[in-house]
Amino acid sequence: MKTNDLISLLAQDAPVRQPFGPLMVKAVLSGLVLSLTLMLVSIGPRDDFASAIETLRVAAKILTSTIFAACACALAVRIGRPAVPMRPRALLLLLPLLLLCLSVGLELAVVPRDTWAKSLVGQHAAFCVMAIPLLSLPPLVVLFLALRQGAPENPTLAGAVAGLAAAGIAACIYALHCPDDSPLFVATWYVTASAIVTAAGALAGRRFLRW
Amino acid sequence: MTQSLREDEWAAWMRLAIAGDTQAYHRFLQAVVPHLRAMARRRCEQFGAPVSEAEDVVQEVLLAIHLKRGTWDPARPIGPWLSIIVRNKLIDTMRRRGRRIDVPIEDVMETLEAVEQSSFTDRMDAEQMLTRLKDPQRDIVRSISLEGASIRDTASRLKMTEVAVRVALHRALKSLAAAYRSGMREDQ
Repeated sequence: MKTNDLISLLAQDAPVRQPFGPLMVKAVLSGLVLSLTLMLVSIGPRDDFASAIETLRVAAKILTSTIFAACACALAVRIGRPAVPMRPRALLLLLPLLLLCLSVGLELAVVPRDTWAKSLVGQHAAFCVMAIPLLSLPPLVVLFLALRQGAPENPTLAGAVAGLAAAGIAACIYALHCPDDSPLFVATWYVTASAIVTAAGALAGRRFLRW
Repeated sequence: MTQSLREDEWAAWMRLAIAGDTQAYHRFLQAVVPHLRAMARRRCEQFGAPVSEAEDVVQEVLLAIHLKRGTWDPARPIGPWLSIIVRNKLIDTMRRRGRRIDVPIEDVMETLEAVEQSSFTDRMDAEQMLTRLKDPQRDIVRSISLEGASIRDTASRLKMTEVAVRVALHRALKSLAAAYRSGMREDQ
């Protein structure tokens, strides 16, 4: 085909029906709804939710994971768009990290040393490390489907960021169910689960996000 | 024309194109092609690929620009966006031709400034490209590209709605890009 013929062909397909930026926002929101629905129909929120939310540890757990989700999602809606800067939003992720460190510090200060190990292990560590990746699957799939329309400069990194956002969504939804309230538990198992999802996203990105 | 003025012009055309202005889009693509050709040709020379392959590279980059144009934010300058799309696709096409390369972004920016006119013969035979497509995509591509018909004429001739023709055209372009990616040359 002559290049001029190709140009005529492309020109006839001029309009953009679905700009990529809004598509990613939609993907994040639908991922959130899907993951929340999955939690509600399967494990459900904790039975004592109304009273538990009033305690500082539970409020801190939910707040920290929600801020983590929000920051990761704010970063995720920027991937796949060449020449759009990521760094300022990547730095935002320090905020939930800082909050987590702060709550761990407080916990260590007020809780006797001999109960630290018990709080860290909690009651449902294995369940948590399984539930967060499972809850992150729907948002991860939706984000990847949207990202296939994008032009990520680095497919592995894009996959990792999508994984991080999916993990954030799953973490803040799992926090509504999770009966283990110690910041030591959150810092260990939530972070482990998020790392697993992020790594999986990176591997999948390498494979599926090339264009 | 200075680079920023030219980029402003390209951005203005692209904004119109996104809203559906085929003529503005045509102008944009024609303005970009000489730059792409100069870059593709230089890469081919640099990495020992036959220069005759340069036009294939140009077409592949054009398809990438086209299929990814939704990732450009019309509120941002178009130059940096275009440079990254072009660079990624150049690396990709050269790698597929068995050459591992590294294209510094400054290089792409620089070449976007310099226009080089040259004539090329295209290696990819039109009919051969079309065999990759299914009907009605093939008829539509033939009608618009080779016979220069409009969407409306093509629609009425093929007894399709204009919307259906547009959708089929968009799918055809995706298939063409995929055909390039999977390496048409290998199985010739």
